[in-house]
Formats: sequence, structure tokens, C-alpha cells
Amino acid sequence: MKEALFLIKKAREIRKSVILSLNAAGSGHLGGSLGLADVFSVLYFHEMKHKPEQPDWLDRERLILSIGHVAPVLYATLAESGYFDKEELLTLRKLGTRLQGHPGRDHGLPGVELSAGSLGQGLGVAVGIALMDQHEKKDKRTFCIMGDGELQEGSVWEAAMSAGHYKLHNIIGIVDRNNVQIDGKTEDVMSLEPLADKWRSFGWHVLECNGNDVEELIQAFAHKSDEKPTLILAHTKMGCGIPEIENDYTWHGKAPNGEEMERFLGMLVKNR
Amino acid sequence: MKQFEVRQRKDTRSGFGDALYELGKESDKVVALCADLTGSLKMDAFKKEFPDRFFQTGIAEANMIGMAAGMATAGLIPFTGTFANFSTGRVYDQIRQSVAYSEKNVKICASHSGLTLGEDGATHQVLEDIAMMRAMPNMTVINTCDYTQTFLATKAIANFNGPVYLRFGRPAVPDFSPQNFEIGKGVLLNEGNDVCIIATGHLVWEALQAAEQLEQKGYSAEVINIHTIKPLDEDIILKSAAKCRCVVTAEEHELNGGLGEAVASLLGRKLPLPLEMIGVNDSFGESGKPMELLEKYGLGASNILEATLRAVERRTA
Repeated sequence: MKEALFLIKKAREIRKSVILSLNAAGSGHLGGSLGLADVFSVLYFHEMKHKPEQPDWLDRERLILSIGHVAPVLYATLAESGYFDKEELLTLRKLGTRLQGHPGRDHGLPGVELSAGSLGQGLGVAVGIALMDQHEKKDKRTFCIMGDGELQEGSVWEAAMSAGHYKLHNIIGIVDRNNVQIDGKTEDVMSLEPLADKWRSFGWHVLECNGNDVEELIQAFAHKSDEKPTLILAHTKMGCGIPEIENDYTWHGKAPNGEEMERFLGMLVKNR
Repeated sequence: MKQFEVRQRKDTRSGFGDALYELGKESDKVVALCADLTGSLKMDAFKKEFPDRFFQTGIAEANMIGMAAGMATAGLIPFTGTFANFSTGRVYDQIRQSVAYSEKNVKICASHSGLTLGEDGATHQVLEDIAMMRAMPNMTVINTCDYTQTFLATKAIANFNGPVYLRFGRPAVPDFSPQNFEIGKGVLLNEGNDVCIIATGHLVWEALQAAEQLEQKGYSAEVINIHTIKPLDEDIILKSAAKCRCVVTAEEHELNGGLGEAVASLLGRKLPLPLEMIGVNDSFGESGKPMELLEKYGLGASNILEATLRAVERRTA
């Protein structure tokens, strides 16, 4: 499938930018950023109606990124889409940059909809947008990417309850289900399962897919509900694309040094 | 010399509800959210007239702030309504990150602030909210003193682009504010020469009472109502303080982090003068009738009067 090949290529470019920008920054969150590269590729290059040349276009479909720590994959994708020049990615986390360690909307980077970092807040904002779109009868969707560990925050479930209550079929939540968080496996730290049932019981239509497979992601988006909010449990591998660090949660919040960067970039070319 | 007229007693929260209803008629961009306290916030009229622009969030304040941020993102002007405690302390991080740091045009409207909430007691009597909101970058903080001012402030913040914390109360109080309101501009209510009283919220009326009593002792007090605590109207304060040479502040809030500290900071930097501060001294509240509580915690007119006499004495010492 030609489209899939294109999206895989975009995901590879995004991963490359993530690695380069994290190395330049000397710190940041590599694992989750790499794990979400395919989701971001599908969203920005296939699913979402948006105009990089007009970031404040009122009828755009918005991505609310609730897990601010994967800012590098958002920035890499925005640059890849043409919101700003790729060179700026190397300013990540440096004094005066628009690419804050966690997205800060008041730093003026085009394409950033919401400041995020403190967890559990994105879905509520997405619910507000989706409610207004429903109110104004706008035919567009709002996407919200959450982490799995983040679902331990109670405010997520307040938002989930309200989306179910208002039957917001124009909202698509994506949970980055990589099963790990800083202190270890989610099921050891504070178990989330049965996760799909939890969302269903809050009135959501739940789909599961391999979040590192662009064709499965496309299929999932195509099967959203027209009556209920849709949740995609995207099973991803933290660090996906670099076999050496896949599923290794010590890479949650680490940046590659020069040598690691060269090795990781080499692996990207080899594996895809 | 009095610069105001007293009208019938009314509660500040009705000023909010009535203005919100008018705003609803004026602009279809105005939407309202409430966390299960529609009647207490006097939002019923808006809800009834504009059911498709009123959103019940249930008892889920964090989500209410998030939803409001989303609605602002979609270009609307959301007003959230709940008690002051649940409007600030419970949702501080949501306001900080999703509203203030995200530059969302959300109006956080809070009733039942301070001790005058009364019988419900300390769990609901937030006395730290001004301090929290004042410390937050990008946040405008307004504490209104009567029905008219709350009505006018509610309308003014709809036309102001940026996050606002609007704080008002529960009981019916005398209504005396002038019919004009400007965000960030203090109001001169009584002209005088011997002491400058700077008051906000329900204590403005107490300050006016104190000024009257002070007159019988042969002193004249200037009374200035600071409704916008941030940004602070430095000019009106400095001008009056320079004339009177001593200052008293009065607020229904903790001394820590409130209006008094804002004025102290201003005077310390620009015009050091004797200063007395009326407020709650590092304590939670308790159950009781509003006026009983003001008295017990040293916030009544008699306490303000004593503070002015102390200030005058320090000035001449």
C-alpha cells in the first residue's frame, strides 16, 4: 500500500528528528517519543484536517497532547509538516527556545494547542472543544493522546465520564498503551486492567490496535463510532524503531549521547 | 466627604447571575459551566434562557476548568461557576497549566468566598484564594464588594481578553458602588486627609462604617475600594497614601498573600509609611453567622476603626 509506505517513511523521519533534537538538548524523553512516531505520522499526514501554513485556521482538527513529556515527537512532527523549520528542532530545551521541555503555549510555537506536562488534563480540554464543535454543528474531530500511566490521574475519568455523558462522537482518544511508567510496569505500579472495559463502562467505543503499525492505525480511525466517543488503545513499544532500547523503561526520560545517536540513526535505516 | 449613595441590600452573587444572563443575550460567544451549584451561583436564568450554552459538569471541578479551556480554544468565552474554594485550591494546577500558561480566555467566577459564607464552616471558607491567584502569572484577580460592582465586573471581564479570577460572596450586603467600573482602576468612595483605608470585597462596607465613626473622633479617612487586586492600581494608592501619610488595608482573606501584602509591597518600594493590616491572621474559619465571624476574626468596622487610630498614632509619633 503506497500510502502506508509514505507514512512509514514519515515516521522514520520523525524518529530521526526526535533522536537529533534530544541529542542536541542533552536531556528529554526518548522512549515515549519514539513509541508514538507512527501515531503522529498517521495523524498529521493522513487523518487530521490541518493547515501548517495557517496554524490558527478555525476549522482545523486539533490534537490535544495530554502527555507533554513526549514534546519531542510533537515538535518533530510539526516541523516535518512544515509548521516551522526543522533546524529549530536543535534548540529543544535551550534558553529562549520556543521548544520548551514540555509544550508551553505562550512561547509561541505554531501548532501547539495547549501547555501540557502536569498529567491528566488534556482530555478535559478536548471535551470542551468537542462540545463546542457539536454545539456549532461543525463536522470535525478532536484527537487527544494520553499516556497509559497518566490514566491513574482521577481527572482523566472526570473527563471520560463527561464525554460519555454528552455522547461526543467527535472525540477520539488515543491511549499510548506501552505498559510502562517511570517506576516500572503499569500493572505493578498501579494496575489499569481491564482497561478497555473501564472505558466501555464510561460510555466509550473502544478499539485496539498495534500503535506501531500505520495500516492498523488507519483502520482504527476508520472505525470510529458515530454515536459515542471513541478510544483507541494503541499498543506501542516504548523506544520503537531502535531494537536496543525497545520496552526498556530506563529510556523513558533519557537522551542519547553522540555515540548512541549515531548507532540509533543507523538502526533506523536498517530496520525500516 | 462621601462619594457614594447607599441602595438596598443585595447579594454579590446575584450581580454575577444577572450580568451573566445579560451577557448571554448580548453575545452568543458567552457560555457557562457549573459544577452542580447552579442555584447557589445564581446561574438559573442563564441556564433557562440559553440551555444549549449552559453546561452541567457534575461534581468534577478539574474537568470543568479543562472543558472551559477547550471552549476558549474553540473561540468562545466560558464562565465557570462554583464556590471559591473549589474554583481555586481544588483546581490550581488545571488553572495554572491549561488556562493561564495556555493563554485561554476563561473567566473563573467564584462565590461563597471568605468567612461570610457562614455556617458551613472552614472547609468551605477559603481565605487563601486571592494569594493563590495573585501569585499566578497571566491571571487578573478581582474581588467585588456589592451587587452593582459584581454586575459591572462580570460584564467587564467578558470584554477583556485573558484569564480572570472573579471573587464574590454569599450574603446580602448594602449596595453602594458607582455605576462605572474599569478593570484595574480603584474607586474613591470617601475623601479624607488623616488616614487612607484601602479595602476590597465585603470589607469595603465595614471600612466606610469605620470612616464614619472616625469622623466623630475628629479625623477624616479617605476610603479607596481596590476591586482589582492584580494588576494593582498603584497610582490611586500612592496618591492617597502621600496625602494621608498612613495606611490601613482591609480584606476578608488571610493576611498572607492578600491585598494588604500587595499594598505593603508597593509602599515598601515606593513610599514607606505606617501601615496597619486587617485580615485573617494565619487561621482557618469556623461556623457562625457572617457578621459574628467578621467580628470574631477581627474584620469588622470596629477593628478597622482601631487600626486607623493606631496608624494615625504611628504617623504622628
